[in-house]
Formats: sequence, structure tokens, C-alpha cells
Amino acid sequence: MSYWLFFFTVFKVSAITFGGGYTIVPVLKDEFCNKHQCITEDEMLDIVAIAQSAPGPIAVGVSLLLGYSLKGRGGALLGILAAILPPMITISVIYFFYEAFATNYWVRAALRGMSGAIAAVMLLAVFSMARQVLKKHKLFSAILLVGAFALAWFTSINTALLILVFALSGIVVFTLKDLQEKGDES
Amino acid sequence: MILWELFVAFLEVGATAFGGGYAALPIIQNVIVERNQWLTMTEMTDILSLSQVTPGPIAINSATFVGIKLAGIPGAIVASVATVIPQAIILFALSAIIFSGRKLTLIDRALAGLRPGVVGLIASAALSIVISSLFAGNSVLGLDLIAVAAFLIALLLRYKKLDVFTVVALGALVGLLGGAVEYLLP
Repeated sequence: MSYWLFFFTVFKVSAITFGGGYTIVPVLKDEFCNKHQCITEDEMLDIVAIAQSAPGPIAVGVSLLLGYSLKGRGGALLGILAAILPPMITISVIYFFYEAFATNYWVRAALRGMSGAIAAVMLLAVFSMARQVLKKHKLFSAILLVGAFALAWFTSINTALLILVFALSGIVVFTLKDLQEKGDES
Repeated sequence: MILWELFVAFLEVGATAFGGGYAALPIIQNVIVERNQWLTMTEMTDILSLSQVTPGPIAINSATFVGIKLAGIPGAIVASVATVIPQAIILFALSAIIFSGRKLTLIDRALAGLRPGVVGLIASAALSIVISSLFAGNSVLGLDLIAVAAFLIALLLRYKKLDVFTVVALGALVGLLGGAVEYLLP
């Protein structure tokens, strides 16, 4: 696969896939695994798993890693560019319309309806995510989930600091648990 | 210098948004709305709604929007690039290690703590969005009846697994219809 075809493919998928999060993953998989057959399904699963272990948008992470495994470092940079250019262009255009029309009666009415809808979407997303994370390590996960909610809701604590605490608590708790289990075996 | 402030703020968003999708939202709320006051809660909710019906991740959409608002096109570029820099650095490092077949226990443990914590943060952001969108009106009990109608319809349709794009687009339609009713009523 040439640099140009790779860039064009990711750019196209990024431009036609609406909404953030994982929505782009099945579309990229279809292009690279089925249409162009340059990545196997197993490799794609690895790429998604690795992308999840870094911060930042999933679409950007997956495009970067696809570029890396197909074309090395140059491909990785090209993947980032192809993933972020379509939203950057779209939002730049929308921004000027938003500034001009956001106070217009009808645009405001449409945005009020959309904000009600997105509130419902978020609420259901939270419930389904909570159910998902509470499947594993129930007590530990529940304490972190409720604690995080309470701290974010009732205090204005720095979110980056909380993220650091979550990561450290995972490392400490599961390292201790692992040591304890090893201790029990011997 | 505003470009530098944008760069640092979105570097923080990019470095701490673990989990993709809505994970960026509580951090954007903390860094952009509360600490820097570059967006109002209504603007953030509008961007979130718009990012469901336009291409690309929420983090990139917000970075472009805030960047262009504060410093024009250069601001949009600086903020969007800053968002992906931490991810790019981490994935470049990880892909060198993981594509050689090693498993990273430390990262798995950190993620086991990050996942439930991040869901708690998203829950708090979701609640802010529910409140800011449903209580923005000046009618009965301070409820925005248009947003409430869209919220209830979206709750039902999303529960029935209708896709997010259609749900949010229908929200705009409900908004316009509600706007027409408000316009005609005295």
C-alpha cells in the first residue's frame, strides 16, 4: 500500500464517520482488513487494544498504529494527519456559522433540542459503561467509580490529578494482589 | 501568550483523556470551561451535540473550536496538534515494545484503575450536561420544555438502540418543531 493510498483511505474514513469514540473502528477495519487486505483481523484487534492503553482519541490512535505497522514512523505521522484533518476542516467551517447564527431563534431552538437529546445519550452511555466496568473487580471498581463521581461533582479538583490517582491505585492494588496470590502459592 | 496557553491546556486534555469517546469530556469541562473559562457550559454542550453529527473525535472538535475562537486558524492548529502529542509519544514508544510481542502488565494494572474512575468522571460531566441543557429555559420551574421533550424522546429511542447520529438529528427536529410552537403561542 502506497503512502498516498494509506493517507487517502484514512482521510476518507475520518471524513465520513460521524461521532467520536469507537464508531470509526469497524469502518477502518472494513477498509484495511477486507477491502485492501493489508492488515489481518488479529493485527487489527492488537492495534485497537494498544490504542486503548494510551490517552487521546481512539480514531487518532488506531490510525497512527495502522500507519506504523504498514509504513513505519512516517506512516504513523501520516495516519495522525489523515485522522485529524477532516474534523479540523469541518469544525472550522461550522465555527463561523455557529458564531453568526447561534443566537438566531431557529438555530437556538434546534440546538436546544439537540442538547436535550445529547443529555439522554450521555446518561444512557454512562449507565452502560458503568455496567461494563463493574463486571470486573466489583468492589474496587465501585469504590473508584463512586469516589471519582463525588470528587468531580462536589469539588473543583484538578481532573488530571484524579486520573493519576486512578492509574496509581490500579497499579498498587493489583500489584499487591498479585504478590499476595504468589505468596499463598508458596 | 494565548497560543502557548492553548497549547498547554490541550496538551493536558490529550495526556489525560484515557478511554476514548466521552472520556475527554470531563477533562474539557475541567480545563477549558472551569479553569480557563474559554467556553460556557452551553457552548460545550453545543460542541458535544455538533460532534455527534460531524466527523471526528470530541477532543479534536473541541480543540479546533476553542483554538479558532481564541486565536483563529493558528489557534485551531496549535490546539489540535497539542491534543495528539502525548498520545503520539506514548504510542510510538509502546508500538516499538508491543509489536515485538511483549505484554505490559503495568499498563494493564493502571488501566484497571483508570476505567472505573473515568466512568465516574464522565457521570459527573453527564449530570452537568443534563442540568445545563434541561434547566436553561425561562418557563415552568425553569425547565426548557423543548430540551425536555427532546430528552425524553431521545431517551426512549436510544434505549431502543437507535444510532446516536439519528437520535441527535431528531433532537434538532424536535427543537425546530418546539420552536415553531413557542413562536406561534403568545
